[in-house]
Amino acid sequence: MAEPAQLPGSALTVPQEFQYSSLFHQGEAAIAGIWLFMAQECLFFGALFLTWIYCRYWNIAGFDAGSAETQVWIGSINTGILLTSSFAYASALLFIRAGGERGMTILLGVAAFLGIAFLCLKGYEWHLDFDDHTWVLDPDFKVKGALQGGAKLFWSFYWFGTVLHAAHLTVGIGLVAYVIERARRGHFSAAYHTPVEVIGIYWSFVDIVWIILWPFIYLIGRAP
Amino acid sequence: MNFHLPIASNFAPTVDHILICLLVISSAMMLLVFGLLWTFMVKYRAGSPIDRGAIAERTWRVEVAWTTATFFVFIGLFYWGADVYLDEYQPPPGTMKISVVGKRWMWKIEYPGGQREIDELHVPVGRKVQLVMTSEDVIHDFAIPAFRVRHDVLPGRYETIWFIADVPGTYDLYCTRLCGAEHSRMRGTVVAMQPADYQRWLEQNGSSGTLVAAGQDLFISLGCSGCHNGGGTVRAPSLYGVYGSPVPLSDGTTVMADEGYLRDSILYPKKQVVASFVPVMPSFDGKISDADLEKLIAYIKSLGAETSQ
Amino acid sequence: MSSTVIDRREIAESYLGEKFTLRSWLLTTDHKRIAVLFLITITGFFFVGGIAAAFMRWNLLVPEGMLRSDETYNRLFTMHGVIMVWFFLVPSIPVTLGNFCIPLMIGARDLAFPKINLMSWYLFVTGGIIELYAMFVGGVDVGWTFYPTLSTNYSNGFILLSVLGVFMSGFSSIATGLNFIVTIHTLRAPGMTWTRLPVFIWSHYSVSVLYVLATPVLAMTLALLFFERLFGVGPFDPQLGGDLILFQHLFWFYSHPAVYIMILPGFGVISEIIPCFSHKRLFGYEFVVWASIAIAVISFFVWGHHMFVSGQSLYASVVFSLMSYAVAVPSAIKVFNWVGTMHKGFIRFDAPMLYAIGFIGLFTSGGLTGLWLACLAADVHLSQTYFVVAHFHYVMVGGMVSAFFGGLHFWWPKITGRLYPEMWGRAAALIIFIGFNMTFAPQYILGYTGMPRRYASYPPKFQVLNVMSSAGASVLALGYLLPLFYLPWSLFRGPRATANPWDATGLEWQTSSPPPTTNFYATPVVTWEPYDYKPPERLEQRDYHG
Repeated sequence: MAEPAQLPGSALTVPQEFQYSSLFHQGEAAIAGIWLFMAQECLFFGALFLTWIYCRYWNIAGFDAGSAETQVWIGSINTGILLTSSFAYASALLFIRAGGERGMTILLGVAAFLGIAFLCLKGYEWHLDFDDHTWVLDPDFKVKGALQGGAKLFWSFYWFGTVLHAAHLTVGIGLVAYVIERARRGHFSAAYHTPVEVIGIYWSFVDIVWIILWPFIYLIGRAP
Repeated sequence: MNFHLPIASNFAPTVDHILICLLVISSAMMLLVFGLLWTFMVKYRAGSPIDRGAIAERTWRVEVAWTTATFFVFIGLFYWGADVYLDEYQPPPGTMKISVVGKRWMWKIEYPGGQREIDELHVPVGRKVQLVMTSEDVIHDFAIPAFRVRHDVLPGRYETIWFIADVPGTYDLYCTRLCGAEHSRMRGTVVAMQPADYQRWLEQNGSSGTLVAAGQDLFISLGCSGCHNGGGTVRAPSLYGVYGSPVPLSDGTTVMADEGYLRDSILYPKKQVVASFVPVMPSFDGKISDADLEKLIAYIKSLGAETSQ
Repeated sequence: MSSTVIDRREIAESYLGEKFTLRSWLLTTDHKRIAVLFLITITGFFFVGGIAAAFMRWNLLVPEGMLRSDETYNRLFTMHGVIMVWFFLVPSIPVTLGNFCIPLMIGARDLAFPKINLMSWYLFVTGGIIELYAMFVGGVDVGWTFYPTLSTNYSNGFILLSVLGVFMSGFSSIATGLNFIVTIHTLRAPGMTWTRLPVFIWSHYSVSVLYVLATPVLAMTLALLFFERLFGVGPFDPQLGGDLILFQHLFWFYSHPAVYIMILPGFGVISEIIPCFSHKRLFGYEFVVWASIAIAVISFFVWGHHMFVSGQSLYASVVFSLMSYAVAVPSAIKVFNWVGTMHKGFIRFDAPMLYAIGFIGLFTSGGLTGLWLACLAADVHLSQTYFVVAHFHYVMVGGMVSAFFGGLHFWWPKITGRLYPEMWGRAAALIIFIGFNMTFAPQYILGYTGMPRRYASYPPKFQVLNVMSSAGASVLALGYLLPLFYLPWSLFRGPRATANPWDATGLEWQTSSPPPTTNFYATPVVTWEPYDYKPPERLEQRDYHG
């Protein structure tokens, strides 16, 4: 089905699907598709954040008591790591737009590495949390007394939200690895790098989700 | 065939007026649409040689006309419905408050004088009655079609409805929110009585309240209800109807649940374990006074009596 | 009129005949083949849901319940609801007729993302298998709405698996919606401007927006419910300070737009059929289009009308009631425009048209009773009763399923290259219309007299109407079974169809029946307005068989 299309200024052929009039046309559709997917993701996480905020509104003291038990330093370092990874990814895009394939590949590697670093730190944090009796089914749950209900709600959101975010990040790392692999084979150039753009949008989105989770988990409850 | 629904509360006539109005409007619109459809189907069928003339190209005048017309009709209906609704759900001052607790699968009613009933609600005619409702487990919904009132009953919240019963009689009462296996059995009756009859009824049923009521409070405060009411994560035998009936034990024997058995089971729960249950209940030996024990047993006995009604 | 005149070609040159292996079907990325895969799948689900409904009506013949088991009845109506809503109605027209026709109607060679289209089918099938496993092996008895705390703490059914199945089917919907939006934006043929798009395309565009923006909220709600069911801790647990009504808000934030997901494609189908068989331009094209968009937008702001008696804020109820009346206006506009289209037309009564007329009648009835339920005080009396059941079955079954059958008959020659037997088609349309009214009209009265929904047993005073309804259901079942026989029969014995058996104007009729794999032999160029029907030269003796 795929008709090979000649890339301008390159000896390489990439598959253009037969329903499109040109590779540019196909790229436009892909970008539109990923933005729609992002709209979907916004509503998906939006429902979580809404639920979170709403439950907090009715249980502020319990949520704050729960939030006080979180590892704020790990969370903050992780925020820095993710922001840097997005910066690396964005720079990679600038490189490939200027034709710098090697620079792009290196920067993509940096982004993926930072993503993995985030997951490792996150895993360590989960370990600490678990030892700290903040798992919601822990019979010796950390927060006791009247605030326990609210704190348990908070920690339900914590575990649910962070695991969901980590799952998204894991998918993201896989996608970046796929882009690196294709870049290594020389598939991308200044003229054609649609997959790099598409996955970059997803990568930034995962970052944005964390930027909302970070205050929700660590900061709001600590506000004076 | 019974298409008729009694009109028996202060809200019933108003709601019926709204429904009649809706019926008239809907029928008129149905007639219009069906009439036009039918006319066109006959008049403009493909084989019909009728002169069709010029076909209208500009349609916006007609469009705007019918859009505006429907819109204004709708606004009128909205206003009327909302007005009555706000009345229905905002109880006026000076109501007589009756407590309603939904529990799978029964309604427990308690009157200001301490009288209790299951699945039956007695109300006086001509008085403002307010039901204060909550649930012990899942969401239920308390509905009396003859009064045209209904509201969900939620665990952890108190919801109210109010009404004035107009006509003495016996009416149906339903749970209309799916609450599990026996949802459709969770129904009862509402008895509206003349004030004098109602007073007499209250007096006749007033005496049995005290011991049982105290027992129920203990049943809740000691935490018995957490397991024995079918909620929670721990499975425990239901106590409804247990008094006076044979109980199969885990060692294969059967005992008659008399007062002595109930007492032993509270104080030494591991002595006689009911078949197919795990003995997880703590002993209450030394933690409960005899007076309290008596109240608890009275309450458990009353559970037996209630189901045998 | 057309720029590409197609000869009659044999089946071997069409998408059906490219290859015959099972593998070529299961790994296809051709939108037409995927549409056929979906058609087979949802037909299966329709009959599973239908059999559950048949057992329900059978149970309700006597007040104590023929099944003698409340639990079984609860499982049956949950199965009926979950299967019919998520595995038939929500996907129905878009994934079959929409999938098949959208590229053809806009002059494209395929959807924008063919692989995602195939993935959508696999997600759907996987979700469906999980759901059927949960239903048949474990049983689910909480109703299709999954309200906590019944679903989280009290039910002993297979809630987790069931929720997972719905979750996966939701992502199938999202994938389809995303694909449609991008396709309609990027793959229109030269000359196919926005105002030349058939209403069918506009409806699917609106539906796709709902798919993409509403479904994820359901997905998250179900994910949270899953968490709470699994661990016993979560945001809907009132003992911890969570909120049961919050679940209902989130659930209906999806499930009300979902109602329009179900009906909007039906509007699209009817807007194709009525002009074609009236042989006249669609009355008020712009109004019909804008009505679709208005419905899609307003439908996001009416979810609270499912919760008038649930304990939400009274003032929220008032606003939701007003919005619900507002969303009824565009639906009314559509009905008027379809009727207006028939004015001064040249009306033929082929099976698709009979379904379409049936649709108008049943949808009008369902829509008007929607006004009753949007009216706050009336809703307090009618909600949670059989009145609601009758109302949404008039819209969903009387409306949507009629539209689905109408569309299926309309495009059957295009999909299969064969004509269905016309007399059987008309007979089925008539039987469905009559059987439907026999089944559900009594339920309006049942509802008014107070019979609650989801009752396995009921007071004896309701028996007469219940028996009437069950008798009607047997007629309805006959109507639904007929196409199951004569449509497959026509695949082998039906006369061959020409490219354009109905004299219709859409682009999909400009290519052969069935179309070739690439849809068009040359890219079509559109130079005419939609529904460009001219008065026919001959009024009768049309030869469908070319």
